[in-house]
Amino acid sequence: MANVIRRQTPAARLFRGLLYGVLILAALFYILPLVVMLMTSVKPLSEISAGSLLSLPQNPTLTPWTKAWGEACTGMRCEGVGGYFWNSFAIVIPAVLISTTIGALNGYALTKWRFKGSELVFALMLFGCFIPFQVVLLPMAQTLGWLGISSSRAGLILVHVVFGIAFTTLFFRNFYVGIPNELVSAAKLDGAGFFRIFWRILLPVSAPIIVVSVIWQFTQIWNDFLFGVAFSAHNTQPVTVALNNLVNTSTGVREYNVDMAAAMIAALPTLVVYVLAGKYFVRGLTAGSVKG
Amino acid sequence: MRDSLPMKNTSATPLGAGAKRSTPSGGLQAWLPRLVLAPSVAISLFFVYGFMLWTFVLSLTSSRMLPSYDFVGFGQYSRLMANERWWVASTNLMIFGVLFVVICLAIGSLLAILLDQKIRQEGALRTIYLYPMALSFIVTGVVWKWLLNPQLGIQAMVQSWGFESFRFDWITDPDMAIYTLVIAAVWQASGFVMALFLAGLRGIDDSIVKAAQLDGASLPRIYWRVVMPCLRPVVFSAVMILAHIAIKSFDLVVALTGGGPGYATDLPATFMYAHAFTRAQIGLGSASAMLMLGGVLAILIPYLYSELRSRKHG
Repeated sequence: MANVIRRQTPAARLFRGLLYGVLILAALFYILPLVVMLMTSVKPLSEISAGSLLSLPQNPTLTPWTKAWGEACTGMRCEGVGGYFWNSFAIVIPAVLISTTIGALNGYALTKWRFKGSELVFALMLFGCFIPFQVVLLPMAQTLGWLGISSSRAGLILVHVVFGIAFTTLFFRNFYVGIPNELVSAAKLDGAGFFRIFWRILLPVSAPIIVVSVIWQFTQIWNDFLFGVAFSAHNTQPVTVALNNLVNTSTGVREYNVDMAAAMIAALPTLVVYVLAGKYFVRGLTAGSVKG
Repeated sequence: MRDSLPMKNTSATPLGAGAKRSTPSGGLQAWLPRLVLAPSVAISLFFVYGFMLWTFVLSLTSSRMLPSYDFVGFGQYSRLMANERWWVASTNLMIFGVLFVVICLAIGSLLAILLDQKIRQEGALRTIYLYPMALSFIVTGVVWKWLLNPQLGIQAMVQSWGFESFRFDWITDPDMAIYTLVIAAVWQASGFVMALFLAGLRGIDDSIVKAAQLDGASLPRIYWRVVMPCLRPVVFSAVMILAHIAIKSFDLVVALTGGGPGYATDLPATFMYAHAFTRAQIGLGSASAMLMLGGVLAILIPYLYSELRSRKHG
């Protein structure tokens, strides 16, 4: 699609100008909410009520951030979102590691050790990507109770692993399909076993798809709210639930700057991942949706 | 140990058998792949299919605070059909879903086409367009709630510029609040559609476009008649993913409007949660969850059908 437009004529130049105009307007639409959020989070309350959204902070202060982190009320408690921020990490890290490991082994078994019915097994598991989670909420609540892990971090980790492996299996399966079978067949003839072939042949080339899977799972689980709100207690809540509680706690004056600081805190980890590894982030989003 | 066992077996079998691609049947190695998959299959059968069935069973009972197994047939479904709040939620989903999908497609495809014109700083622009997708819908809701706040947000800002009569108080207006959900959701997801389309555009063979140019076709015409038809699979995937996001929308409603004013912005997802978890109506909540599943299947089945067809024909 290169060189579709030539640049010589005045009409073409006007067209170029319009093109950049529209693109920059669009960029403003996407970036301004973040800018406003950031600016509001460092303004004192007096400046917020006196000024407007886009007025620059006159006396920037980090008080809203420290308040959001350690003092703001989330429901009945006033300990800020800091503890919940670490809660989220305590849930996300094990859930990502476990679901990615299982997904890798599944994808490997489904592509390099095909057996009668393996495609059916894949289709069966894939369906888990599509269900609306409302349909599993009530049975899940009861099952977690039976297992004795309701409202615990372990319970949330289990939920995220269970509903994450459909995606991770899809990622790894689609990646391993593209790895030539010759090496694997040769290794099999040499007598190498299931795990040995995985360890020596597949794993060394899996770095890109591991990154995709880890990033996808990390963002999904970090940003989760439904499972978090349904299956957690006050001390095991993820940060998204705490943020929502903080914003909806109505005691005294609404501190919008603290709300925005808390929102920034909840958003930072996934934003950092996106900025550092945007390419892989996009690949995860588009995996399975753009076919070659 | 594990590795030496099949080695012995292979050497013992005639050469041709090796080509049968797996180690001799019966050994542990032949069963390992299945053993590795077994837990996932069990999890899927229990937590996905079992739970769906379980919710369906609950939807046939009179369960309120706690699940009970006192069956009342399809009574909960007829209660649901007679429930005004459910109809508000379903109508909202139609409005929200259609607008969300159509606007995202329009903005996403437009931005992708514009970005495809050898733009300087394309990478930076792409990064800006797509970053909202990395945020939680809760964060999006909190930010937009602030922007849409009539006293301190966009309305107040424009009024302070001298446009005293400017009104943008949709979030407090029961008739307009549903459109604030559309705005926030489009803000979050349209960059993603742009990325899908851009990937699709980059995959198109240059020579088709060159040929159309030589024939003297204008640029808009080339895009409409030549490029867009090539992107049909992308459009299809995008619609499918967006519709899926729309049906599952829960967090955004909770954070942005809380379903209000009143229940003016309820969606089936928030309806289900409210009835099953806070209003002690487990039976009714389950029935609404089953209808949500039905909605997803109604979108998914045609999609999978066409996928399988195109794979066979392709």
